[in-house]
Amino acid sequence: MKRHLISAGDLSRDDALLILDTAEELARVSERSIKKLPTLRGRTVVNLFFEDSTRTRISFEAAAKRLSADVINFSAKGSSVSKGESLKDTALTLEAMGADAVVIRHGSSGAPHRLANWVHGSVVNAGDGTHEHPTQALLDAFSMRRRLGALDGRRITIVGDVLHSRVARSNVLLLHTLGAEVTLVAPPTLLPVSVDTWPCSVSYDLDGVLPKSDAVMMLRVQKERMNAAYFPSEREYSRRYGLDRDRFAKLPDDAIVMHPGPMNRGMEIAAEVADSPRSTIVEQVANGVTIRMAVLYLLLGGEIA
Amino acid sequence: MIIHNVRILGGEPVDIRVEGGVVTEITPAGPAADATGARSRGDEAVHEVIDGRGAIALPGLVDLHTHLREPGREDAETVLTGTQSAARGGYTAVHAMANTSPVADTAGVVEQVWRLGREYGLCDVQPVGAVTVGLDGRQLAELGAMADSAARVRVFSDDGKCVSDAVLMRRALEYVKAFDGVVAQHAQEPRLTEGAQMNEGVVSGRLGLTGWPAVAEEAVIARDCLLAAHVGSRLHVCHVSTAGSVEILRWAKSKGWNVTAEVTPHHLLLTDDLVEESPAGAYNPIYKVNPPLRTRADVEALRAALADGTIDIVATDHAPHPVEDKETEWSAAAMGMVGLETALSVVQEAMVDTGLLDWAGVAERMSAAPARIGRLPGHGRPIEAGSPANITLYDPSVRTEVDPSAFASKSRNTPYAGMTLPGRVVATFLRGKPTVLEGKLA
Repeated sequence: MKRHLISAGDLSRDDALLILDTAEELARVSERSIKKLPTLRGRTVVNLFFEDSTRTRISFEAAAKRLSADVINFSAKGSSVSKGESLKDTALTLEAMGADAVVIRHGSSGAPHRLANWVHGSVVNAGDGTHEHPTQALLDAFSMRRRLGALDGRRITIVGDVLHSRVARSNVLLLHTLGAEVTLVAPPTLLPVSVDTWPCSVSYDLDGVLPKSDAVMMLRVQKERMNAAYFPSEREYSRRYGLDRDRFAKLPDDAIVMHPGPMNRGMEIAAEVADSPRSTIVEQVANGVTIRMAVLYLLLGGEIA
Repeated sequence: MIIHNVRILGGEPVDIRVEGGVVTEITPAGPAADATGARSRGDEAVHEVIDGRGAIALPGLVDLHTHLREPGREDAETVLTGTQSAARGGYTAVHAMANTSPVADTAGVVEQVWRLGREYGLCDVQPVGAVTVGLDGRQLAELGAMADSAARVRVFSDDGKCVSDAVLMRRALEYVKAFDGVVAQHAQEPRLTEGAQMNEGVVSGRLGLTGWPAVAEEAVIARDCLLAAHVGSRLHVCHVSTAGSVEILRWAKSKGWNVTAEVTPHHLLLTDDLVEESPAGAYNPIYKVNPPLRTRADVEALRAALADGTIDIVATDHAPHPVEDKETEWSAAAMGMVGLETALSVVQEAMVDTGLLDWAGVAERMSAAPARIGRLPGHGRPIEAGSPANITLYDPSVRTEVDPSAFASKSRNTPYAGMTLPGRVVATFLRGKPTVLEGKLA
């Protein structure tokens, strides 16, 4: 594996399977009454969050703590960053503190790449702008594998704002690496113009795709997209691309429903669908901790006790 | 003074005799390599001989698109360092863009910049006037006052911003006819490029950077060509970057319309892949520039267009920025690259060494044509008896690694750092006065 995890595309098939298999082992630890492993004792993991994301931050924090790492949470709000400190100066500060790994969430695509030039520790991308979110893709793959078995030949449908979605980018790359067949479904305005060069297929017709899906992943629709004329109205979006009860019925019986959260219930996904037994949405959160443990463990070279 | 043993436009070796800042005689290169030798032949008027060692002599280069940053951003560049940089790049005249602070939208500001250039005497500084007050795109600046000022402004541009209002653009095109001006348009449809970060295409899709579509440039160029034709004015299109723009320009020229266009050295050499993968690392803002780097197909089209004359000139769009404005995450970084000191080498690499252009072609596109468009009668003249002695000596035979720390420019934001490029400016003469000798500021 490379020293950093910045893009899901950095992972070979063997890397990805190693992370998933390691996560399986670590999941067993999470089932114990004492969930803590000593493997990263004395190592420092910094959570560097330039965007608010309590969910992702506490997931990484829990993962690092279960491996006994020291965790420093550095959030941009109220810190020197909000007073105009540059990313480089922040990086040099962390470097001086001796961070072994920096988990970064940043609103600018590519910020983790830049950070990696300035720190010696491993950089883990916890979401950069509209680029990637590789640990989300790994936890999604982990969740799917637990429900569906090996992902080779599995048909995965990703629905929604692909253009602005770091979750979609990472998932397309990782699922392709793992041998799954990915179909993106979105209004044409919310797909990159170059999407035909991606290793997946594209459809504008959700109803046509659902019966041929083993898993369907609904992406969050940001309210601000509506003002930029990506689609006419919330209702229209919901009618054409929302996973409501009727559409849910078109899925094969054993197909699962996923969402990276946070959800707009009633917009891209109906409440009954989100709460159905075939939804993995809550599992995804639990699996997030496990997969992030596996990533930190492998990047920092710990050992399973 | 005699400039000994140089090859004008790559021709046979000659000696160029310069008196009073003017070329007085050109003779086949004699054996005499020093003033003593010349004097011993009874040539008492020769005080100095400069040995060109077979370098190519070009008419002094003229840049139609330079950002000197003064007044306002003297931390990035000043008229002094910018003209030093220009001289080292072989330039004898540069057009200083108007997007300074304060904006060059009054006679006072353009005269100040023009005077500074004259004072330093390294390179003629011809200010460009803003088209609209404060580059705001709402009200025409006092174009006539700038034209009538000591700076004699003839090129007007809101460069950095597009004159996107069609009516305002029409009026500007019409208005400057009264003093033989030209509007140099930065073609960028603002709504199509809100938040845009890089060329919209395969790479931007993968990198999750907001795309800057080619059509945002092409649509404005098409509109402006039609406007210029309608009102019978001169239009100049800044930094053309797409294959589609080339097609539109070719069409406009086929109609006989008075449209000229420029391409930057970087758009002739670099592509948007560099944002994803380069020795400088992914998402390195050293490649962030407006208009953005495009694709290989665009580069090929631009080279062909420069070769066949569809694009008239090379202009550097020299855009200095201090380190801290580039050493950031991509979206926070400033757009632009310095270019004066590498322009000729890049043109050699992209156009001459590829067989697309000979040295006469280079002289036309980097000196004669920009001087014509900018209405600079003292520049861009062929090196012949009677012409002002604005001369650049260039040795195309060497290849060197680009070392930004050696630049005269105050800024180091070059995308060519560490790249090996051909050629070296050996000497530059501004009206007979050497501004650069042996590659160093004289």
